[in-house]
Amino acid sequence: MACIEARGLRKAYKTTVALDGVDLKVEEGRILGLIGPNGAGKSTALNAILGLSPYEGELRVLGRDPWTERDKLMTDVCFIADVAVLPRWMKVSQALDYVAGVHPRFDRARAEAFLAKTQIKLASKVRELSKGMVTQLHLALIMAIDAKLLVLDEPTLGLDLLYRKQFYDTLLNDYFDNSRTIVVTTHQVEEIQDILTDLMFIDHGRIVLDTSMEALDARFTEVMVGPDQLAAARGLGPVRERQLFGRSVLLFDGVDRARLAPLGEVRTPSIADLFVALIGGQDKGAAK
Amino acid sequence: MSAPSSSMGDTMTDTPFDRPASPPAPARPVRPFFWSVRRELWENPAIWIAPLAVAALVIVGACVAALSTHGGKSVHRTVATAAQTAPPSQTTTISQSTPDGGVTVQKVIKVEGPPPTPEQRRAMVALPFYMVTAAMLVTMFLVAVFYCLGGLFNERRDRSILFWKSLPVGNLTTVLAKIVAPMVILPAVTLAIALATEVTLYAIGALAFATHGQGADADVPVPFADIVAVAAYSTVVLSLWWAPVYAWLLMVSGWAKRAPFLWAVLPPLGLAVAERIAFGTTYLGRLIQSRLTGAGETAFVVPKPPAHGIPSIGIEQIDAAKFVSSPGLWLGLLAAAGMIAVAVWMRRRREPI
Repeated sequence: MACIEARGLRKAYKTTVALDGVDLKVEEGRILGLIGPNGAGKSTALNAILGLSPYEGELRVLGRDPWTERDKLMTDVCFIADVAVLPRWMKVSQALDYVAGVHPRFDRARAEAFLAKTQIKLASKVRELSKGMVTQLHLALIMAIDAKLLVLDEPTLGLDLLYRKQFYDTLLNDYFDNSRTIVVTTHQVEEIQDILTDLMFIDHGRIVLDTSMEALDARFTEVMVGPDQLAAARGLGPVRERQLFGRSVLLFDGVDRARLAPLGEVRTPSIADLFVALIGGQDKGAAK
Repeated sequence: MSAPSSSMGDTMTDTPFDRPASPPAPARPVRPFFWSVRRELWENPAIWIAPLAVAALVIVGACVAALSTHGGKSVHRTVATAAQTAPPSQTTTISQSTPDGGVTVQKVIKVEGPPPTPEQRRAMVALPFYMVTAAMLVTMFLVAVFYCLGGLFNERRDRSILFWKSLPVGNLTTVLAKIVAPMVILPAVTLAIALATEVTLYAIGALAFATHGQGADADVPVPFADIVAVAAYSTVVLSLWWAPVYAWLLMVSGWAKRAPFLWAVLPPLGLAVAERIAFGTTYLGRLIQSRLTGAGETAFVVPKPPAHGIPSIGIEQIDAAKFVSSPGLWLGLLAAAGMIAVAVWMRRRREPI
């Protein structure tokens, strides 16, 4: 059973179509990065997956309909929908009490052990904590929950570099294993590049790219070519061309590396480069 | 997580992708409703602070009165006559605390001619206690109103609804906890504090009597059974009678994107005014008024106008049968149930503001 399975997922507001027939399938044990520009439909898709808003089309999360079976689903699904949404009046100890009181799969000792490694005191109120500490607290609560699916929607927005790095390191080292699935959206793509197993680009409510990271390595190639090879390289049909230090960097989709190697320096493009090529270029009408 | 040390490269050496699945933790027993109510009490300390503050004011007032009184008057009498300006030998404050929201009618009359009858004296002795009950019930109403106005609004405004909804607690459980707080918890807390305050008041009076000697009403026993019965009955009656008010406020707080107070108050008020202008009738206005202040006449025997201007309140005025058989009570509860259902529906759909 796939962790998330959607067919023809659609969501229209009064004036805009936020999701325009999205098909997606996320298997268990994957870490999916859902990347897209502002207003692309990322949050709408996540809200549908989390049962926070109704939708059209077919959607199953852990085999359940998230809108009608939300109460049952939330035992196995956890999410951080935004930065610092913990109630400001709450004490850290109350947050632990509350989650322990309502969540059947919460391991309080684990959350406390995690908090002991931070500067957060149990008697503090959330409003007294810095934004980074609130995120740490939220992460401590989430990580102590034995959930099958964890959804992170811009979980590190506005945090400084150290907290952001720590967030993903902790998630990967102390939380993730083969039985869990993580879906994450972020604008700081370079920071999650190495932890993802799957990548999905979404733009204007449609899936633009849906690939595993292994397939991505095989499919996309970036070549830095000198002026003498440029014409030959362009002949192979690059998806995008950009200038770097006076040399041209060409991005190819589905062209064999063996054919590209003679033209210049070959490497796998970063997610950020790919994003600009596939989505930035699309707006300008430059790409296919 | 003491130091954000490892780089992304280091992270990858600990290949979590190959890590075997951890065995599922055994499900622990949970009590979502209990903890949802606890959460309301954490978030809204006014539920117990406000009645305590009123209690503190009453007790401080009684202490000051007891200390500043020189012989001749008991503290009961002193509290009852605190509003008057002329010497107590010439005038007496008559205060009627009706238990329907504690509308307190005060007037100062000249006491002339014959001394008060034993009935009048009993009523005067009991009066300060009923006033405390009334003040507590008014406080309860105000706390409940502001609680309900924030009930489903604050969590959307501060976006914490995204945290609450990430936990396996349903909307029905959450909204029920939010109506149980003003209808059950707050009344229970208010009643307990009101009775404790009244016992303290009595003790201060007794102490003042012991130190200052003979009091004017010291020979009249305080009718404690009546005071407790009326306080408990009024609390229950008002909580049930006001249920649709609370549910309305809670529903509006779940719907409004801003200014839930204005949305809750202005439309009904505007409709009442419009009805008056358009049809010259006042059905809606009277409906609202009876919902706010009509519990007294529904739940109590309305006493005949007292012979000498002194009201009497006691167990004999309690008319539970009349209250339970009044359509107003049941229609109100029905309306409250409907509005709570709408609030549950709204919480499911409404997004953070």
